[in-house]
Amino acid sequence: MTLAKAIVLTGNGTNCEVEAAHACRLAGFDEVRIAHISELLYGEVRLDDFHFLNLTGGFLDGDDLGSAKAQANRLKNARIAGSNEHLIDQILRFITEGKLILGVCNGFQLMVKMGLLPALDGKYLNQSATLTFNDCGRFQDRWVYMKCDPDSPSVFTKGISDGIYLPIRHGEGKFLVESQEVVDRIESLHLSVLKYSDADYAAPTMEFPLNPNGSTNAIAGLCDESGRLMGLMPHPEAFLHRTNHPRWTRESLPEEGDGLILFRNAVTYIRSNLL
Amino acid sequence: MKYAGLAPWEILISEAQERMSLAVPPEKIDEFLALAQKMGVEATVLGDFTDSGFFHILYNDATVAYLPIDFLHEGLPPMQLRGVWEIKKHPEPRPVKKADYTDDLKKLLSSLNICSKESVVRRYDHEVQGGSVLKPFTGVKNDGPSDAAVLRPDLESFEGVVVSHGICPRYSDIDTYQMMSNAIDEGIRGYVAVGGSLDLIAGLDNFCWCDPVQSEKTPDGEFKTAQLVRANKALFDYCVAYNVPLISGKDSMKNDFFDGVTKISIPPTVLFSVIGKIDDVRKTVTMDAKRPGDIVYLLGKTAFELGGSEYYALRGFVGNRVPRVDAEKSLKRYRAYHEAVQQELVASCHDLSDGGLAVSLAETAFAGGFGMEIYLQRVLFSGVSCDRTDEVLLFSESASRLLVTVHPEDRDMFENVMSGNCFSSIGMITEETILTVTGIDGSVVLRGALDDLKEAWQSPLREL
Repeated sequence: MTLAKAIVLTGNGTNCEVEAAHACRLAGFDEVRIAHISELLYGEVRLDDFHFLNLTGGFLDGDDLGSAKAQANRLKNARIAGSNEHLIDQILRFITEGKLILGVCNGFQLMVKMGLLPALDGKYLNQSATLTFNDCGRFQDRWVYMKCDPDSPSVFTKGISDGIYLPIRHGEGKFLVESQEVVDRIESLHLSVLKYSDADYAAPTMEFPLNPNGSTNAIAGLCDESGRLMGLMPHPEAFLHRTNHPRWTRESLPEEGDGLILFRNAVTYIRSNLL
Repeated sequence: MKYAGLAPWEILISEAQERMSLAVPPEKIDEFLALAQKMGVEATVLGDFTDSGFFHILYNDATVAYLPIDFLHEGLPPMQLRGVWEIKKHPEPRPVKKADYTDDLKKLLSSLNICSKESVVRRYDHEVQGGSVLKPFTGVKNDGPSDAAVLRPDLESFEGVVVSHGICPRYSDIDTYQMMSNAIDEGIRGYVAVGGSLDLIAGLDNFCWCDPVQSEKTPDGEFKTAQLVRANKALFDYCVAYNVPLISGKDSMKNDFFDGVTKISIPPTVLFSVIGKIDDVRKTVTMDAKRPGDIVYLLGKTAFELGGSEYYALRGFVGNRVPRVDAEKSLKRYRAYHEAVQQELVASCHDLSDGGLAVSLAETAFAGGFGMEIYLQRVLFSGVSCDRTDEVLLFSESASRLLVTVHPEDRDMFENVMSGNCFSSIGMITEETILTVTGIDGSVVLRGALDDLKEAWQSPLREL
């Protein structure tokens, strides 16, 4: 039986790789590898050997050019040392081979700034949106409710009936688009898979702090048209067990946290479609 | 170098951050430098360790420093400082007997040392690495003040790390010995409250102090030196008594402002941090009231110890009768409480510190979204009967006390585990969202709606 393999990228400021790897293991991946970006840039590790790429949270390059901007440039342009191959070739091949990419927080910022999301019409290097400074002007660490769109093509959110509750920890989470046309297409294609809402998951909200950053249309998470690439500002890898929940000592909660759903769906998809 | 133009002495003593020096065996240096290059880290070979016995620094070919190592390490004789202790006597305020202390409580909740710091805390990531178990804010609206942090460093295990702190600089106005002992006790009791084990615990002492060296600029240096000595005596006495080894700490010793005319020295301050272990994080206890009908207990005795209190400060006084820590009794009580936590008999626990019982009651109630009925008559008191007043019982900052709530079905077992220690049941949690406190003569002396109390606590720094 072929093994389902996940890779978690780290280095240059990423800091959520341990829990992201743990989420993959808990979800059922047979192999989980945390790889430093230098290992990819030196050809020691290749994306071709994996099925699921995690671009996870942190402060890549200190957010010095804007969150994830330097890494976006790096991934788009860097050459693999000692060869003519570019890392972006591996990434685009990864996508066309039908594999999965999940961008969390800094990883979502990275995907959006590279153009990997929303990637309308499959144009994966065309940036049409960004994630910028929260309206409140401050970094925020708080938990948010997100209404899930059941009609979204996202493979990661299959089976989520109403919504999920996760922590956000970011200073640049406000989703903005290049033009009204972009957001209209995102909505009509159901790519805006997660939106900040109230505790009943009834409707999207623009009210702070339920919506912690003022994102356009309260968008918290986005996928591409294939549903195999997804990004979200909240941290699913930070709610894997009931003791992560802010009120677990006063509520009776299931053992597994909401965040694990995304990773379980990734395993299910890979076993059904890629192995 | 980031840029050219620094003189050799500047390069040598620069405190530029985030640099590390390493000793690398010569046969491994090429491999090390290749790894540094691969990972995008600037690394250069500065020189060698030798057995010459000299600290020899060169800039290009010129020697710019050449000192015997012995001199560098041993050449500066330790300072000989004289300390002269003096007990400062402050005016004592008159006791105040009021029919209603609700307003005093609201003012305390709004005071800067007590009010909610949520707007500041939420600007930092307290959950990275996925092991967060007890966050800085807890309770029904995620906004009640936790006494300690609990987290899992290893996600494959339910063992946890507990971190807490104690700080009480106001007490230095009276006696830095008591300031230190109370800071230690505060750090430990917050740690104990959430379930930390007393068997695997360590402390950090961080001193933030004014200049204690007698000089023209510091004419009260001898007194300040004595303050430093007394603080360190307490550090020794209480770390030994509580069996808490100090594993690290820091000293910042020159915190004075002087503009040529006015000198302001900070109050001698120690932040005492505590780190240790909880065997199973699933037994962590949070401070928010959990259910109507739960019994409220106060562990420990209350004495007339308003000296240095937030309550006195509100009234413009320091006073003299600062809280004293009885480590032996406290340790015994903490151990019994820990046993109750292990047996999952505790519904909630909040420590008492700034603002005393009144503040702890209010915070527990509004964090949980449930009211309370409390009877001061039932609070255990230590001291002469004329000192036993509502004012003292509400606002005294006596050390080593914990406010615990217990489900009624666990009452017998809880009281059994705690027997032999000072504790009493002082009331209960109610559905009605009001905190009512009945004074020792049977009339209500405090009555606050939770919304009002919480608003008083949250509004000062909300928009920061």
